[in-house]
Amino acid sequence: MPDKGKRTYDTETDRQWSGWMARAQTGDRQSYDHLLRGCLPFIAQVARGQRVPADRVDDVVQDVLMTLHRSRHTYDPSRSFTAWLRVIAQRRAIDVLRRSGRHNRREIYAPLALEMYADPDANTADGWEKAGRSAQIGEAIAGLSPGQKEAVERLVLREQSLDEAAIATGRSKGALKVNLHRAMHNLRAQFGGGE
Amino acid sequence: MTDALSHEKLIGALAADLKPVKPLRAFVRRAAVWLGVVVAMAGILSLFADLPGVAARLTMAPDMWLALSGSVLTAILGAIAAFQLALPDRNPWWALLPLPGLLLWLSASGLGCLRTAVGMGVYAHIFAESRDCLVFIVSMSVPLTGLLILMLRRGYSLRPNLTGLVAGIAVAGASVALLNLVHPHDPSVVGLAVHGVGVVIVAIANWTLGGRIFSSKL
Repeated sequence: MPDKGKRTYDTETDRQWSGWMARAQTGDRQSYDHLLRGCLPFIAQVARGQRVPADRVDDVVQDVLMTLHRSRHTYDPSRSFTAWLRVIAQRRAIDVLRRSGRHNRREIYAPLALEMYADPDANTADGWEKAGRSAQIGEAIAGLSPGQKEAVERLVLREQSLDEAAIATGRSKGALKVNLHRAMHNLRAQFGGGE
Repeated sequence: MTDALSHEKLIGALAADLKPVKPLRAFVRRAAVWLGVVVAMAGILSLFADLPGVAARLTMAPDMWLALSGSVLTAILGAIAAFQLALPDRNPWWALLPLPGLLLWLSASGLGCLRTAVGMGVYAHIFAESRDCLVFIVSMSVPLTGLLILMLRRGYSLRPNLTGLVAGIAVAGASVALLNLVHPHDPSVVGLAVHGVGVVIVAIANWTLGGRIFSSKL
C-alpha cells in the first residue's frame, strides 16, 4: 500500500516534464513555469525521503529550483527528467542536512544558562533608543536612490545572495555590488561614520 | 503561506530570467576533444623526439610499456570520469573509473624501480634529470589543465573538488604519457618519487583550483 500523501510519478509525467524541460531549453517561459510548479511536490517528497526536517524542506525546494535553473543546459532530453531531478534533489537535501548539522553543532541545549542570561533588551530606555535608531536608519534607506535602496533591501535586510538578488531584480551582480557599495557610503556619511 | 509565496516569487523570477541554452554535447565527445588535444601535443613533441630511441627504451622491458599504457589509460579514464562528474546527476563513484589505469601505471613504475635499483649509483645525474621531468610534467599540465577546466566549466558539477581532483589525475596521466617521448632515462626510485611529486602537485592544484572555479557557479 503506498504511503499516505506520497504521489507516484509515472512515465507519462516524466515524459511531460521532459518535454517541458526541452522547450524550456529553447527559452519557452510558459513550459518552464509549468515545469517548476509541477516539480515542487516532487522535490519536497524527495527531501522528506532524505529525512530533511519539515522546517527545512522549503530550503531544499528553493536550492533545487536554483540548481535546476543554472544547470538546465546539462539536461539531456533523451534521458528521464525525474531521475535527473531526483539526483539533484537528493544531493541538495544532503547539503541542507550538512548545513543544519553544522549549525546545530554550534548551538548547545543549556536551559539554565538561558535563564541566567541578562537580556540586554530588558532595559526599556535602551529599547527606545534602538527604536529611534531603527526609525532613523529606515528614513535614511528611504532617502536612497531606487537602485541603492533595492540593493540594501535584498542583500542586507533580506540577506539574499548576489545570485538570488540578481535573478529577482533582473540586474547584473556587478550593478548590485556597486549600488550596495554606494548605498553604504551614503549611509555612513549620514550617520557621521568614517570611510 | 509565506513559503508558498516565496516559491511563487522564485519561480516567477526564474521564469523571467529564462534564456535559451544550448544543451551540452555528450560527455564522450567532449572527453574525445580534450584527448584529441593531448594526441596533437604528442604529435608535436614526436617531431623533436628520438622516436627509435623511445621505441627501444619502451620495448626493453615489459614494465616500460606497461607504465606508459597505465598513464595513457589513466588520462583516458580520468577524462571520461571528470566529464561525467561535471554533470549534476552523475554518481560520485565515477571518480573511481581511473583507478585501474592508476594502479597499472604505479605498479609498472614500481616494478621498473626494482629492476633498476641495482646498479643505479649516479644519484646526482638522476636527480638532475628527474628535476627536468618534474618541470616538464608541471609545464605540460598547465595548458592541459586550463583547457580541461574550461571545458568542464560548461557543465555544472555538484562535487567541484572531486571533479577537480579527477581532472588533475587525468592531466597528470596525460603529462606523464607525453613525458615518455622526451624521457632520457629508465624509471628509478628517485625518478618515480619525482614523478609522484609532479602528479600530486598537478592533482592538488586541480583539486583546489578546479574546486574553486566550479563552485563559483553553484
